[in-house]
Amino acid sequence: MRIDLKLLRTSTFRLAAVYLVLFAVSVSAVLAYVYWNTAVLIERQSDDTIAAEVRGIAEQYQQRGIAGVIDTVASRSQESAGAVYIFTNALGRRMAGNLPSLPVEAVGEHGWIEFSFPLETSRGLDRHTARAFYTELEDGYRLVIGRDVEERRQLASIIRTSLVWALGLSLVLGIGSAVVVSRNFLRRIDAITGASRTIMAGNLSGRMPVSGTGDELDRLAASLNEMLNQIERLMSGMKEISSNIAHDLRSPLTRVRSRVENALASGRKADYQVALREGLDDIDRLLTTFNALLSIARAEAGQTSEGLKPVDAATIVSDVAELYGPTIEEAKGSLDVELAQGISIRADRQLLAQAIANLMDNAIKYGSDPTAARGPLISLRLTTSGRDAVIMVADQGSGIPAAQREHAKERFVRLDESRTQPGNGLGLSLVVGIMKLHCGRLDLDDNRPGLVARLVLPRLERTA
Amino acid sequence: MRVLVVEDDREAATWLAKGLKEAGHIADLTGDGETGLALAREAVHDAIIMDRMLPRMDGLTAIEILRAEGIMTPVLILSALGDVDDKVRGLRSGGDDYLGKPYAFAELLARLEGLHRRRASEPPVTRLKVADLEIDLLARTVHRAGKPILLQPREFKLLEYLMRNAARVVTRTMLLENVWDYHFDPQTNVIDVHISRLRSKIDKDFDKPLLQTVRGAGYSIRAD
Repeated sequence: MRIDLKLLRTSTFRLAAVYLVLFAVSVSAVLAYVYWNTAVLIERQSDDTIAAEVRGIAEQYQQRGIAGVIDTVASRSQESAGAVYIFTNALGRRMAGNLPSLPVEAVGEHGWIEFSFPLETSRGLDRHTARAFYTELEDGYRLVIGRDVEERRQLASIIRTSLVWALGLSLVLGIGSAVVVSRNFLRRIDAITGASRTIMAGNLSGRMPVSGTGDELDRLAASLNEMLNQIERLMSGMKEISSNIAHDLRSPLTRVRSRVENALASGRKADYQVALREGLDDIDRLLTTFNALLSIARAEAGQTSEGLKPVDAATIVSDVAELYGPTIEEAKGSLDVELAQGISIRADRQLLAQAIANLMDNAIKYGSDPTAARGPLISLRLTTSGRDAVIMVADQGSGIPAAQREHAKERFVRLDESRTQPGNGLGLSLVVGIMKLHCGRLDLDDNRPGLVARLVLPRLERTA
Repeated sequence: MRVLVVEDDREAATWLAKGLKEAGHIADLTGDGETGLALAREAVHDAIIMDRMLPRMDGLTAIEILRAEGIMTPVLILSALGDVDDKVRGLRSGGDDYLGKPYAFAELLARLEGLHRRRASEPPVTRLKVADLEIDLLARTVHRAGKPILLQPREFKLLEYLMRNAARVVTRTMLLENVWDYHFDPQTNVIDVHISRLRSKIDKDFDKPLLQTVRGAGYSIRAD
């Protein structure tokens, strides 16, 4: 298993390493406590016992002399298992005790010594370690009192070994699992990074991999994918707009250009004036188209100047009605307004008014019954439908055939009938863009006769 | 009116100065923000036309500095960034009006003169009078030659705006912005119809028409 540097730099691995260190420290602390309580304390206790025994024999010596010591040592050697004794005279001859000879370590006046001695066990002759106190009495007599510590030493060594093993094992397991977890994590991050590289390289349809477990990486990938969807939508909108601009602005520009060219060639003042006046009109129309395109783009990108705020729908609709009313009457038409009160919506007043105004413009332009001498008969209504607010603009003109209604909402689309009228084919596209921004929609329907356009917007729940 | 024009597009600035001169104003030109600021600090101008994107210092920064120094010369901001957001930012930095490029010169002139007038008439007015036409802003009544004229609320607002800008040209866009508070231009000639209705109420029964159409620009209410 090759561990590369990238793996060691992952946040998962670092986190695992930190936990591992904490874990190792606490395991060591627990084991050190256990070791202290077993090995070290037991050793100290046995030292205390030996010291007490030494004091006891010293008393015997004072009361009864050498004989007292010999008696005590002899009797204790018999009864206590695991204890070692030896009492020798100045020549080193054993007077009492269960050790075969005086340990060579026992030199000097007194002190603690450790030595090994032979012991008969069921398996034969073993050498065991003893810890003892050694002291020299008067006239060269020497006394050694000790305990067989072989088993305790073995226990301590077992504890020490298992301590090291436990620590080592937990480190290995910890590092191992950190590597495995980090690798897994790294593999998924690498997949996401790889996907984003492909997307940056120009493949906008690429998406982040989602593993399906619904964990935090999946949630991240999912929201990145949503972002990418939005970007792709905007990008394709941009592409569409630029191709439309190229197509639909080029022809009026060409017209202006040839007009100016012709006027210059003719050199007559009257031609200059005509060319300039018509050129100015063309340029104004171009600017209107350009601004409408920008407004659509902004609305579709979700930008709004004032932001969406809770507003009273009836106020917005009646303001537009008030602006258009006189014009419709002047054209020998009629505007019939019916507004339901108390409907609250989240809207940008400017944009929503503009959407209604665009529908009114269309109704005035195309809403007259072509056979009658009357002007446009328009009805403007504000109603509710379920949880939606509906703003309806209906006329009694020739309407739009069902098959062309969706097509009519697209940019620069001008249906045959409208080609004779001034306009840029952007009015309904802007309405669609504005509705999108308001989480609403534009519906076009047959008014039998005429067209009915409905702006459907979500209503605000009244907060009682 | 002496106008400081801070605009780095030399050709546009020259045309602007020419137009202002023809309209009877004096124009001082400069092409960069720092010089513009230095000239504006002299406080000898009646109004400033300030482009936004300028070399050395952008227009909004210059306006902010001027306002911080207490120089309150009215500023009309010109910008190729015609977005409503930019407009708000421009006005917030201390500009008094905002016009997106490209603009019709008549529109610019009308706004510039309106700006100057707005500054000049600081004390609140309660009555406005043009020839024999009089309106009372408190009582919300209109009289011409002593005879009362009944107006709808919106017609009253329209007349009030025209009379506050008496003898100056008011464009359709200015009317939409100030009387209806709409920042878009409808495709239909809705403003013209409102004007003609107002005209029929205030001018029809009298010899001398006051509300005049200025071809290619807008409307003007004037005594002459």
